[in-house]
Amino acid sequence: MDDVAISGSLRQRLMFGLVLGAAVLGVILFFAVRSYATQVAQRGQDGILAASAASILDAASVRGGVVDLDIPISAFTMLSTPADDKVFYAVRQDGAFLTGYRDLAGPAAGDGGQARMQSFEFQGDPVRAVTASRTLIGLQTRSAITVTLAQTQDALAVTLQQISRNAAFLGFGFFALAVALSYVAANAAIRPLERLTDSVARRGPQDLSPFEKPVPAEMGPLVGSLNSLMGRLDMSLQQSEDFIAEAAHRVRTPLATVRSYAEGMLQRVDRAENRTAVRSMVRAIDESSRAAGQLLDHAMITFRADHLESQQIDLVDLVQTQVTQLSPIADMKDLELRLHADGAVPCQGDAILIQNAVRNLIDNALKYAPAESVVDLTVTATPRPTVVVRDQGQGFPPDNLDTLALRFQRGDNAKGTIGSGLGLTIAQDVAQAHGGSLVLANQDTGGACVTLSL
Amino acid sequence: MKFLLVEDSEALAHAVSSRMRQDGHVIDHAANLADARAFVAGTEYDLILLDIMLPDGDGRAFLKQHRASDLDTPVIVLTARSQVSDRIDSLDLGADDYITKPFDHAELEARCRAVLRRTSGQAQTTIAMGGLVFDPVAGQLTVRGQDVALRNRELRLLEVFLNAPGQLFSKQKLTDRLFSFDHDVSENAIEVYVGRLRKHLEQSDLKITTFRGLGYRLDHG
Amino acid sequence: MRYLIALIFALWGAVASAQDWEDRRVFNPGASGPVLRILSSTDTAIFAPLIDAFVQDNPTVGVEYFVTNTGDIDRRFRATPKGFDIVVSSAMDLQLKLANDGFALALRDVDHPPWAQWRRSLFAFTAEPAAIVINKAAFAGHAVPQTRQDLIAALRERPEQFRGRVGTYDVRQSGLGYLFATQDSRASETFWRLMQVMGGLDMRLYCCSGAMIDDLTDGTIAVAYNVLGSYAAARADGADAVQVILPSDFQTTMMRTAMVSAQTGQRDAARLFILHLIAPTTGADVLPLPPLPSGTSDRGTIALEPALLTFLDKLKRQKFLSEWEDAVIQQ
Repeated sequence: MDDVAISGSLRQRLMFGLVLGAAVLGVILFFAVRSYATQVAQRGQDGILAASAASILDAASVRGGVVDLDIPISAFTMLSTPADDKVFYAVRQDGAFLTGYRDLAGPAAGDGGQARMQSFEFQGDPVRAVTASRTLIGLQTRSAITVTLAQTQDALAVTLQQISRNAAFLGFGFFALAVALSYVAANAAIRPLERLTDSVARRGPQDLSPFEKPVPAEMGPLVGSLNSLMGRLDMSLQQSEDFIAEAAHRVRTPLATVRSYAEGMLQRVDRAENRTAVRSMVRAIDESSRAAGQLLDHAMITFRADHLESQQIDLVDLVQTQVTQLSPIADMKDLELRLHADGAVPCQGDAILIQNAVRNLIDNALKYAPAESVVDLTVTATPRPTVVVRDQGQGFPPDNLDTLALRFQRGDNAKGTIGSGLGLTIAQDVAQAHGGSLVLANQDTGGACVTLSL
Repeated sequence: MKFLLVEDSEALAHAVSSRMRQDGHVIDHAANLADARAFVAGTEYDLILLDIMLPDGDGRAFLKQHRASDLDTPVIVLTARSQVSDRIDSLDLGADDYITKPFDHAELEARCRAVLRRTSGQAQTTIAMGGLVFDPVAGQLTVRGQDVALRNRELRLLEVFLNAPGQLFSKQKLTDRLFSFDHDVSENAIEVYVGRLRKHLEQSDLKITTFRGLGYRLDHG
Repeated sequence: MRYLIALIFALWGAVASAQDWEDRRVFNPGASGPVLRILSSTDTAIFAPLIDAFVQDNPTVGVEYFVTNTGDIDRRFRATPKGFDIVVSSAMDLQLKLANDGFALALRDVDHPPWAQWRRSLFAFTAEPAAIVINKAAFAGHAVPQTRQDLIAALRERPEQFRGRVGTYDVRQSGLGYLFATQDSRASETFWRLMQVMGGLDMRLYCCSGAMIDDLTDGTIAVAYNVLGSYAAARADGADAVQVILPSDFQTTMMRTAMVSAQTGQRDAARLFILHLIAPTTGADVLPLPPLPSGTSDRGTIALEPALLTFLDKLKRQKFLSEWEDAVIQQ
């Protein structure tokens, strides 16, 4: 992750989109609810005004050509509001002012005296007004009574405020819920991606097989590309492995031929200088092949150390296998490999790496041990799984004990012995990759003592 | 001993074969897997030396096939690769041991001996001569019915002499056969081993004669 | 005849408005600060302690207290709204109409129960039931009437005893009288019967409660209808001679209200006075008048609502007054 260029977050983008959408919807909801409720509330006030005006009109009558108007108390009682809204009215007969507020002029009544609504300002207050009319028919007269009734809108304003607040709560509640759901949805949407990441991260270093678990359609192309990339990578790794193998084969086989011939030749050559030349040739071949081998091993170990394939292993078993493998070589020098262990030593680690480290340590001991001596291998479980290799050679030169495990360092006493200097480095790298250490020491009785602990 | 060497490099095969024959072994050479299968089908071998990379396929495939069959001929893999994983791969597939190219002939010999000793329960070929019986595979020597413990280099020295009784070997030649190349060994070191072997042979009818300045020879009576 | 009477009353009203006040007093005359001009229908004697306490708390404020009847208050105040800072009246309908017509200043931060205020500009501070007040002497040896029906029966029983000795407000002049009369008429038909009976006994009509209570106390009249009983009791001079009866059939309770003129120049001082007036400790407790009930309004209390405007409608008022005159003034 450290070296990946990060630009934004999918989850955040998703969340942002969803939250933005929720905010927009919340605001729309707020305005829609408020507008609708406002209409309903206004209609309520209009209805009451119209009913009140109608009741006033109902109370009008013509008696002997004179209009008699007894405004019913209920007409104004019904206009009572919690906010104590002001009430204004005007009654006109055929346009002539009869009673009420002379200045109050509302909308014209509709055809047939239908109530008409209008909002305007009266005496400095915004009012809602209704005008309705009714035609009174007397014996000889026909006169139109028009009632204009106006009411301030304080109660409505309070109601609207409440509605606004409730609508705001509703909008905000919706928004909050949507945000919570967005979070859940974004997480749910991201989860397959996280699972994929997890499954990539958990893979072993050699696992380049395609992903086969089903993924959402949107991730199909990604996983497809990933699979195809890994396929190509696998192929190219395979190819490079094949190439290395082929190259090694091509180089080492002729070297082996040369070496075999040289060995054969040595038996037929008697002159000392010729023999020396042939021996040098053989040793040069050995040295180069061994160096190449250890370089490859070291590269492989460096790679594996980054991706430890930890498994349960028995250290004793592992060392025993190496002893078996190497005993022919020990035999050649009449060396004895002695393994000391009490029962199994189980530990967690990368078997291949540990094998390689142990092999290098034994190799070293075999190289430096004098003929017909014993190399002791001790495997212990406490305090940590440890392999100690002791030989009866010269031991390490005391001056450079600290630097021996550095790359390509060889002991001063290594002259005349074939080696690349990587053996101890490999063992140390392996120990450190397992959180352990490699300690070099000389025994009191002489001879090297190498302690590999994991 | 009868060996089958499966190796596509004619030159290497020739070099190895000649060394093996020098040691008294019979060796067949197959340059590819097809030939190798034909040889294995027709002849019984004591040991197969198998190269991994062959022109007509992977030696490991042959190994797998070979192990699947009833034959239990031991196999030593000759590999150009030195990666641990590759070695282990070969072992998992049933190789009895492996050796990395280029190899020391002495090591090859040692490994062959070790594998044969591990795989064959009892002695197959023994040399009986002048009152001693020698099993080169098991590395056992009996002198007049008495077991004699030999060290590896003593054993190999005896083997060299027994393969060519009456032949004179220079110190140089014996040194070359006994020591690998990773150490400088003085030619006088061979005198120690010859001395030890003489002691072991005291009760037999065989003796090692010294020819000053020329070398040693195993003589009868 | 009707027109003549109307004319007489109109002229009388004009004279009344031209003449001086029923009472006028200046409190804290040497005040350095503003002078609040209070237009009120409440007798100075009743209100004085409250104002004294107010100027004591606010020594820089002076108060000029004008007393006149409720109808006069409405006319004077509508004519010169700038001339007065505070209007205190018992005529709830007139007060409400003044507020409705924009003469009252809304005091947004003054807290008062919703039923005791209107638009935060009209503030009630007493709850005074209308009562039947009798001169005890006139009913000596007779049952004291407890309801309007009882009163009708008593008047019918002894008409000679009561002829010319019953009184009530002249609803044409007195705003409070008109308020009580209209509310009574809403409540029960009994009101009209009582008016007819009283009209038949040459009922005396009063412009103001003061005069009516004076006459009652000295025995000029034996029964006064729709008088503020507490008001009568508060006038210490005749308290022993009269008896206040709260009719048990139904009661009409008026709330005395105060407002600040929308055009006042003494907004802060006026606000302080309203706060002083409506706070129980400084207002109702000091006044010899019944305070507002705690909690909600009592049954029978006239509600501060637009319905009060109905009887102030010109046509409706004409109609009501003509009916009232028909009942009261009998030839």
